[in-house]
Amino acid sequence: MTSTRPITEDELHAFVDQRLDATRHAEVETYLKMHPDVAARMAHYRQHRDALRAALAHVVEEPVPPQLNIRHLVEARRVDRRITWRPLAASVLMLIAGATGGWTLRGEASPSSEANGIASLAQEAAYTYNVFGSDPTHPVEFGAADKSQLVSWISSRLGRPIAIPDLVPSGYRFMGGRLVATPHGPAGLLMFDNDQGRRLAMLVRPMTIDANTRMSKHSFGGLRGYAWASQGTGFSLVSTAPEDLLHPIANEVRRQESSGI
Amino acid sequence: MTADMTQLIEPLIPALRRYARSFLKDAAAADDLVQDTLLRAVSHWRQRRPDGDARNWLFTILHNLAVSQLRQTARRGGMLPLDDADEFDVSAPSTQEDGLRQHDIMAAVNRLPDDQRSVLLLVSVEDLSYAQAARVLDVPIGTVMSRLARARARLLRLMEEDSAPASAHAYLRRVQ
Repeated sequence: MTSTRPITEDELHAFVDQRLDATRHAEVETYLKMHPDVAARMAHYRQHRDALRAALAHVVEEPVPPQLNIRHLVEARRVDRRITWRPLAASVLMLIAGATGGWTLRGEASPSSEANGIASLAQEAAYTYNVFGSDPTHPVEFGAADKSQLVSWISSRLGRPIAIPDLVPSGYRFMGGRLVATPHGPAGLLMFDNDQGRRLAMLVRPMTIDANTRMSKHSFGGLRGYAWASQGTGFSLVSTAPEDLLHPIANEVRRQESSGI
Repeated sequence: MTADMTQLIEPLIPALRRYARSFLKDAAAADDLVQDTLLRAVSHWRQRRPDGDARNWLFTILHNLAVSQLRQTARRGGMLPLDDADEFDVSAPSTQEDGLRQHDIMAAVNRLPDDQRSVLLLVSVEDLSYAQAARVLDVPIGTVMSRLARARARLLRLMEEDSAPASAHAYLRRVQ
């Protein structure tokens, strides 16, 4: 023995796992030479370790299946609907379905302007605001710092380029956003807030009807909204802000959007 | 940031699959779990400790999901009795002697209790340090060491039992 420190069982395992420093490794080897029974046990442990690694080695050689391709997952971000807020999204859908008399069940068969057009968009924006706009901890899924990621996610799901309006001159900073479910497919939710913590939500989605519609005013309880559509894309701005503040902001969003920012 | 995330996560996917498959013993369920892990990692990427080790973080998520899945399975009564659990989905099909030996080792590992199996796999196969394994499992290092010691001792007993009366033993068990 070159050391006075006794060999511990922990160190024997570290020896098997080859995690001892060179000095201690040598000391354990010396110890094992003097204790063949322990040496035999360690030899078995090492054999088992090698056999186990060999038995599982093929798994890491397999091609990664498409459902585990990180690039697909990042792009689709199905996580939220599948895990975190699928129940939430479903409840939003139920609310909308209930509030509008179950028209969602009729689906594409009888699209009526009332149910599927700009009024519906405004309604969806209000429901979305009620859910996420009032959420104190996770109103958005992508923060402002991940703006480009958010833009590409929403744009790819909506099949059209989406831009985030700059509302800083109007006193509202971009907070972030997320993809939300509507009866008409995915929609992008963009959230803004001002220094007083008042939030403003913008919902954007493709429009099958009312594809080009002038701005109209809507109100839902304590919420006010402005909605319009341009070249097949619908926009709806919703907030608790009074009309005289919200209307100019909606005009500004429309101006930026039509000037192609 | 997406590029960073992808670059850090992507190389870890094969090892996550291996751990999930060896711990859960069911290839399809394991891949589902890895998918859940990746989805969570992607959506909570910013919440991880920025100085933290991405591998450890992913293994922690995966392990926690696996444990709750095993609990659910056990609650539903879907858990196999230990002695029947030597049929498994893990090792590569092989007719060589080497393959038989691999089958034996996996069958024996599958008969270890979950907490011993997880330590053995994380340390011996995934090469996590004892400290990393302790963090993934959220237990003190001392617990990792004692579980590892018990896992190896038990594995040795199981392997000796299996090989001692050799073919007669295996034959009887098959028939039964």
